[in-house]
Amino acid sequence: MADDKKFAGYVCTGCGLGERLDAGQLETTATRDGKMQSCKQHEMLCSAEGVQMIKDDIANDDVTHVMIAACSRRAKVEAFNFTDVALTRANLREGVIWVRPDTDENKETTQEMADDYIRMACAELKSMAKPSASGEQSLNKNILVVGGGITGMTAAIEAAAAGYPVHLVEKNGALGGAVGSYYKVIPTRSPYDAPAENPVPALSEAIEADGNITVHLNSTITKTDGAPGRFSVDIATESGSTETISIGAIIQASGWKPYDANQLPEFAYGKSQDVVTNHELEALAVAANGGPIKRPSDGKEVQSVCFIQNAGQCSDKDGHLTYFAGVTDLVSIKQAMYFKELNGECDTTILFDNLRTPGAGGEDFYRAGQNAMVTFSKGIASEVVPGDSLTVKFEDKILNEQTEMACDLVVLATGMEPNSGPDPYAQLTVDMAEDEEEKAKAQAILENAPPSILNLQYRQGTDLPHLKNGFTDSHFICFPYETRRTGIYSAGPVRRPMDIQQARDDATGAALKAIQAAENAGLGRAAHPRSGDLSFPSFRKEGCTQCKRCTVECPFGAINEDEEGYPMYNESRCRRCGTCMGACPVRVISFENYSVETVNQQIKNVDIPEEWDEKPRILVLACENDAYPALDQAAQAGVEINPWARVIPVRCLGSVSLSWVTDALNNGYDGIVMMGCRRDDDYQCHFVRGSAMAAERMSKVGDTLDTLNLEPERVILHEVAITDVERAPQLINDMAETVEKIGLSPFKF
Amino acid sequence: MSDLNTAMIEKYRSSFLKEVEANVEEGEWVKMCMQCGVCSGSCPLGKHWEHPPQEIFMMIRAGKRDDVLSSDSMWMCTSCYNCIARCPRGLPITHIMHGLAVYSKRLGLTPQKQPTAEFSQIFWDNLMKKGRVNELKLGLSMYFKDGFGQGIKNAMANQKLGQNMMKAKRMNAMEFFGGHSVKDLSGFQKMVKKAQEIEEGNIKDFK
Repeated sequence: MADDKKFAGYVCTGCGLGERLDAGQLETTATRDGKMQSCKQHEMLCSAEGVQMIKDDIANDDVTHVMIAACSRRAKVEAFNFTDVALTRANLREGVIWVRPDTDENKETTQEMADDYIRMACAELKSMAKPSASGEQSLNKNILVVGGGITGMTAAIEAAAAGYPVHLVEKNGALGGAVGSYYKVIPTRSPYDAPAENPVPALSEAIEADGNITVHLNSTITKTDGAPGRFSVDIATESGSTETISIGAIIQASGWKPYDANQLPEFAYGKSQDVVTNHELEALAVAANGGPIKRPSDGKEVQSVCFIQNAGQCSDKDGHLTYFAGVTDLVSIKQAMYFKELNGECDTTILFDNLRTPGAGGEDFYRAGQNAMVTFSKGIASEVVPGDSLTVKFEDKILNEQTEMACDLVVLATGMEPNSGPDPYAQLTVDMAEDEEEKAKAQAILENAPPSILNLQYRQGTDLPHLKNGFTDSHFICFPYETRRTGIYSAGPVRRPMDIQQARDDATGAALKAIQAAENAGLGRAAHPRSGDLSFPSFRKEGCTQCKRCTVECPFGAINEDEEGYPMYNESRCRRCGTCMGACPVRVISFENYSVETVNQQIKNVDIPEEWDEKPRILVLACENDAYPALDQAAQAGVEINPWARVIPVRCLGSVSLSWVTDALNNGYDGIVMMGCRRDDDYQCHFVRGSAMAAERMSKVGDTLDTLNLEPERVILHEVAITDVERAPQLINDMAETVEKIGLSPFKF
Repeated sequence: MSDLNTAMIEKYRSSFLKEVEANVEEGEWVKMCMQCGVCSGSCPLGKHWEHPPQEIFMMIRAGKRDDVLSSDSMWMCTSCYNCIARCPRGLPITHIMHGLAVYSKRLGLTPQKQPTAEFSQIFWDNLMKKGRVNELKLGLSMYFKDGFGQGIKNAMANQKLGQNMMKAKRMNAMEFFGGHSVKDLSGFQKMVKKAQEIEEGNIKDFK
């Protein structure tokens, strides 16, 4: 295609559009105001015939830019999928006729709305280009798996089975991880009635036999450079040799570490050898070698054992884990059954407060434990008194009494902690702490940071960002595998506490995501949530002031800096949210089909009526992930939206440039409503930090309003969920009321 | 080891649970209780029980042998079967309560003057005489179980009811003299004796 641009508009008159709107006028608007070189009508544009008409124009008339005025850009995406042109959609169905009542007195404002959306779409199209991949990377099918435990081994086997070469890196001398040394495991198959065989030997064998998997034992990763599709990873062995391998995508399965029970002096851990953690009990069971389990202090065969559930977890006490490991009740049932299997008439009591046995077989396994005469006692242990025979003091919650029991061995059901690298934002957390207590906690985390696992050469730090308690951050509702480093997937207990079956499922999912990431990178396409997007950010170097805001604020740490301090986008690390674009104070960052200009043009091309017309204009910047679909659903449900509103979908509220707000106000808009996702600790922002960044930036918008001498109520930012079908339109209508109250903007020229 | 220590060591051990499993009808179900408390909440007489079923099961697991077997609680069960219908784990709770009552009676640990226990004994004795229940004599035995004076009072209080039953031919005064028996009374008595012997033989000694 030559440099010649050819713009064509298409107006659909189906779905009632033709009856409610004057299609002839829309066509005129598109050609006269929108400067489309041609504009055609069709009674059902999404039909095979309509689509063919557009295809023919692209093929025969060299159309390069297409404006479709029909339904929402979220509808009929398969029909209107023209890959060779720049495409924009004017939303006349969900955006106009479905949100306005079909009455004569509303006809004028409805037509005005539709005309504006056509002007906006045409103006957007004028400053758009067809996105194409940069070709920065080619397909690299190598998958790197970090960690050789159950999760890592499963991920390696699954990726290899799909035909992708795997490098499996394990820091120890053997595969197996934490579970490798276990006696038996929680059953994963019906009838779930007894502890099952340890799967590690079988997995090890499968890996050994797999020609697609290269195992690196006694190895660590000393450097990870590059981006998905072109990671360059240095694998160093204990002996000192280093190998550099080119990798397409990475799975981090670094697993978990047992909670340090030395923080539980009340249970005599460390004071008596016969108080052990659930993790340590496995070694005793293995050492028994098929005979009775013996207690560590004097080798006596254990005749009575007490399990204390939730030891140091699910608790607000200092040094305890606030969360539950999820599996430790099942683990105790499993271990209690060891004693029933190996120690004959051994009395086995499990002291629990809430017994939780998740998973398909959880309840059956609990029943199996009861059948085997494991005594389940609802009680809260307060103290273990050491001695020849240990005394467990506890409150029996059913019989409502303080009581005690004697036993030979006490097993503490302690929790799991993630084995993650240092949080790249630990310093930031210290700096942002709101009070001294918070600051001290953050400082302690920073000072006790574990050694790096991935050693990423990223501007924003060496490892995957954490959410809470050291677990990897991800969009936990929609995209649990996606970390905040594109192409690097965490799986297994480093992501959240889980049992073997869950870890294996998790590993399989992560393997598929890694494969997808490698393939996407090869094609220059984005990962979720803009999967398939070919656009990527670029910047005008002459205009860049090296302020580093984009490199610091990118939620995915995608942007590095070159020696001179200019941003390097590493586009296969990029999720295309545009948070960098919103951050840039000099507006030099843009995507081919989304830029400060494409939105600015839309804002400017809305027809702003004179003040005496008493027709206000309200600009709505709606996040395309949640707020925009919520508005679409509202339209489907027939919820009315104020006729003064003009909605512009944005990739993420993080991409909103403060200049849009200033320009809109200067252009005479009377109110601005911004709708993004929830942004607190339980955030729902598809780009993790985008919504939060927007809120931070917009907190300064008050100054702008002050200089313009405008009321602060004119600009408002809301958190909107995809389910807010009633609320989202209401927020727009509320702004209309506010404008009515405080009056129109004086900036109408 | 002192008695106190022995007592403590027996706590939360399965010895009494094993005894219940061996000697109490449906006792092998006790270990399957998951302590949800639905039985206790469903029992129409629950608030009158010193230890509702959930607690009894926990006491068995906690090794509280004397407290359980000398308890009045399982005698309070009226066999309404609400708990059985509702138990999520399918425990035959009503049957277990009766089994525990029988076992406590066998060991002589039932509280004195427990009304249900007394009635059960009178019913049994009555049944054993003729192989079938003589309702007239059963009623009279109940009236007079607390002495002659109280018996007369009880009889006078229910005089009208008795007369009506006789009028309606639901009760026959002649039954007082001997009364009907089953066809082969000595055969019946032999059969019961044999059954008792078998049952006795099945009881395991835990003391």
